[in-house]
Amino acid sequence: MGRKGLDYEDLNENVKKVQYAVRGELYLRASELQKEGKRIIFTNVGNPHALGQKPLTFPRQVVALCQAPFLLDDPNVGLIFPADAIARAKHYLAMAPGGLGAYSDSRGIPGVRKEVAEFIQRRDGYPSDPELIYLTDGASKGVMQMLNAIIRNDRDGILVPVPQYPLYSAAISLFGGSLVPYYLDEEANWGLDLVNTRQSVAAARSNGITVRAMVIINPGNPTGQCLSEANLREILNFCYQENLVLLADEVYQQNVYQDERPFISARKVLFDMGGPISREVQLISFHTVSKGYWGECGQRGGYFEMTNIPPKTVDEIYKVASIALSPNVPGQIFMGLMMNPPKPGDISYLKFATESKSILDSLRRRAQIMTDGFNSCRNVVCNFTEGAMYSFPQIRLPQRAMDTARSAGKEPDVFYCLKLLEATGISTVPGSGFGQKEGVFHLRTTILPAEEDMPAIMSSFKKFNDSFMEQYQDYSKL
Amino acid sequence: MSYNKTASITAETINPRVKTFNYEPCGEIAKHAERLEEELKKNPGSRPFQEIIYCNLGNPQALGQLPITFFREVLSLCDNPTLLERDEASMLFSPCAIKRARKIIEAMPGRDSGPYTPSQGIKSLRESVADGIAGRDGYPSRPEDIFLTDGASSAINLTLQMLIRSDEDGILCPLPEYPLYSASIILHGGTMIPYNLSEDGDWGLEIFEVKRCLEEARISGLTVRAMVVINPGNPTGQVLSITNQEEIVEFCRKEGLVILADEVYQDNIYVENKKFNSFKKVARSLGYNANDISIVSYHSVSMGYSGECGRRGGYMEICGFGEDVIGAICKVASVTLCPNIGGQILTSLVMDRPKIGDDCFERFLAEKDNIQSSLVKRAKTLEEAFNSLEGVTCNKIEGAIYLFPRIHLPAAAIKAAKTEGISPDIFYACRLLDDAGIAVVPGSGFHQISGRNMVAGTWHIRCTILPGEDKINEMIPRLKAFHEAFMNEFRDRS
Repeated sequence: MGRKGLDYEDLNENVKKVQYAVRGELYLRASELQKEGKRIIFTNVGNPHALGQKPLTFPRQVVALCQAPFLLDDPNVGLIFPADAIARAKHYLAMAPGGLGAYSDSRGIPGVRKEVAEFIQRRDGYPSDPELIYLTDGASKGVMQMLNAIIRNDRDGILVPVPQYPLYSAAISLFGGSLVPYYLDEEANWGLDLVNTRQSVAAARSNGITVRAMVIINPGNPTGQCLSEANLREILNFCYQENLVLLADEVYQQNVYQDERPFISARKVLFDMGGPISREVQLISFHTVSKGYWGECGQRGGYFEMTNIPPKTVDEIYKVASIALSPNVPGQIFMGLMMNPPKPGDISYLKFATESKSILDSLRRRAQIMTDGFNSCRNVVCNFTEGAMYSFPQIRLPQRAMDTARSAGKEPDVFYCLKLLEATGISTVPGSGFGQKEGVFHLRTTILPAEEDMPAIMSSFKKFNDSFMEQYQDYSKL
Repeated sequence: MSYNKTASITAETINPRVKTFNYEPCGEIAKHAERLEEELKKNPGSRPFQEIIYCNLGNPQALGQLPITFFREVLSLCDNPTLLERDEASMLFSPCAIKRARKIIEAMPGRDSGPYTPSQGIKSLRESVADGIAGRDGYPSRPEDIFLTDGASSAINLTLQMLIRSDEDGILCPLPEYPLYSASIILHGGTMIPYNLSEDGDWGLEIFEVKRCLEEARISGLTVRAMVVINPGNPTGQVLSITNQEEIVEFCRKEGLVILADEVYQDNIYVENKKFNSFKKVARSLGYNANDISIVSYHSVSMGYSGECGRRGGYMEICGFGEDVIGAICKVASVTLCPNIGGQILTSLVMDRPKIGDDCFERFLAEKDNIQSSLVKRAKTLEEAFNSLEGVTCNKIEGAIYLFPRIHLPAAAIKAAKTEGISPDIFYACRLLDDAGIAVVPGSGFHQISGRNMVAGTWHIRCTILPGEDKINEMIPRLKAFHEAFMNEFRDRS
């Protein structure tokens, strides 16, 4: 009798090694507790609708009509759906022969890609080519495709910020590449430190690594910082000098909670710089419908735009896209709607603008509430969430806490987060899941719980934290 | 000052595996057709045809197949759930759609189709899928063994990623194959071990041939990890007999291979004497349970009678892997968070369809039967048409949605192709497109000619049966006229 096909030991090594803490140990423990009946507040993943954020009305109306086009023939449809939603549904159905059920072009529906290009042009003031825009099932799949195309072997390195969103470390791991970390400076508001970055690159090269690309996440995840124009110029110059592809994760571009540093795209800065640099630096920009004030995570809609990528390379990237046949069509329509929303004068504009503003204003308030709430806790220091959807407080754990954690076989921040979960039901992600400096601990939480629940959540956190700190206080200090 | 000028991404520095594979259904002919469309738009009279008939891609709704109303009603309501609270909903939607949408919405995080779901897919939807499988096979199925995915292609890609450690890992694949397999195996750095299906035996699988390929692979130092079986077959259209399936199960069990059962065409069967039997069912009927043999079964909403390709909905059912392996699969799935919700919902609807007694059952049944009977008719019509052509033999289409006729090309045509530096089947397919406006996929895209086991000089094309009945009626005279002219042009004049 033959032995059975698949044991854990026989799996692809890269699969065994990969980590994705956002749905890792804490999440699994939280899910277990939830099954046992405990009330859990999931703040592990940026998932707005799961925490009560309502979808925007207009896009849902349009997509609902596209899902069931026979509704458009029904005489009663105008009673339930506004005329501009009906018109827009017809607009997308005309672009998608065969409707939502047909494979589109592997790059996405041309008409939607055109809407994306027009949005980029309005946003940045530079023309954009729809042929170089590929729609994907969420930005994550686009990131995976690009890293799969770039990484040849374990001597190919990708510069990734620390802390980072662990999609990058996971994808690099899965594709057998090397992660080259560059540390963001917590004391300087999580700013980029190019000296440190250069050192990382030099160290990698001396180990025989060819550094191929640099990832920036702007606004940052988990750190929330918004890069200044000067910062972006520095980064682009650096990539030019070092011949790196810049992978600009800009999925949080709608989530900005301060006015000093509004969002500027890497592409705009690149073209503003002009000259040879603007024609040579290779740039891939990513965006999504999952974040912003749309929060349509489950629909899986995203795109990447290629700048200064040679045609033959684009052809190869097209091949990778084509084996998945096409991105899901409803997700593409959400992207089109986000890129081309209702305008002043449209029937649905007022409602759309009000809903959007309400969500954004609330996010801004919640960013502040959370930052202040964390800063009021003992041994907790928290940078302000300038953008994105997360708070990343530093937890200064007493030595006894760290020792207790380690003897329990856990990283100190994991230990803390598990205790927090068990005491309060708040499910976070330990900072080690994102990378942090040795001996410095954080946790990541989202700012997404409903505004009315925030005070109770922060107070519950404070109660737990302050009593934890009391419990593990270093008595030698007294 | 630049350190390393060659580091940026170019066609030379891109991952070489990406350069190695080809995926023909979206390849040369598709691009050629795109250019031709442009030309026709600019100069409508420039060709002897008004429009191109697309038979290259299995994309039913792009060719006029209508969606199942019930499915679309539920999806529409799930995307716009505020409507469920309004009385007007009953003006536009059937009661059973409203009922089903309510049930699904209740199970969603946040009661909305917007959030990320658990990476394996929403539990209650997986329960529907498991119940559907159990109902179909007569053997139990567990929701924890089911992964909902963005189409079956995503699931297949994920499985191969798990299985392939290095180029010393081999995966047995049928030839002709659906080229997702070769592409994925290459991308993940493994080695494809082809086993030839037998054209003379109605594209049947001969187990001694598979055994031979396995043994040769092992002698060359490969570890053979799994066997892919596509049933009903793509591009070949055969439905395996139970005897064949039992042989495969016994073989894989003995050799310790995982069965990767691509069963996406299970609802496309056109002959009375064949039925779909899942590999899991066959294994269980032989008395084998999950401890005896590992099987991963794939299904999708893209084909069958639902034809919802653009939705990207599908699942894999994994039987016989340990919990730690399942955990590893969940981990990898979690990196891209979750499959799209519309696809998840649709997969659950396909596996848990309206039943007798539901108010929408009759309409559902009528639509389903209409689509399926039309497919049977189109399959037969096209098969006869190909068989009527000089020098063309076409196997009987038992299932799936493709015909794979063999074209016996005259020597002069083969020579002309070689002069142009292309494979003869590509030559024929290009001419078919240029002269008659019919887009098919050349057989070499399915890698039918195995390097080791050359069935020398056999050329095929893959043609879907999906254009609407009236388009097919338009297409057949064009096909016949083209073929006759082609054969006359290249006829052996000896």
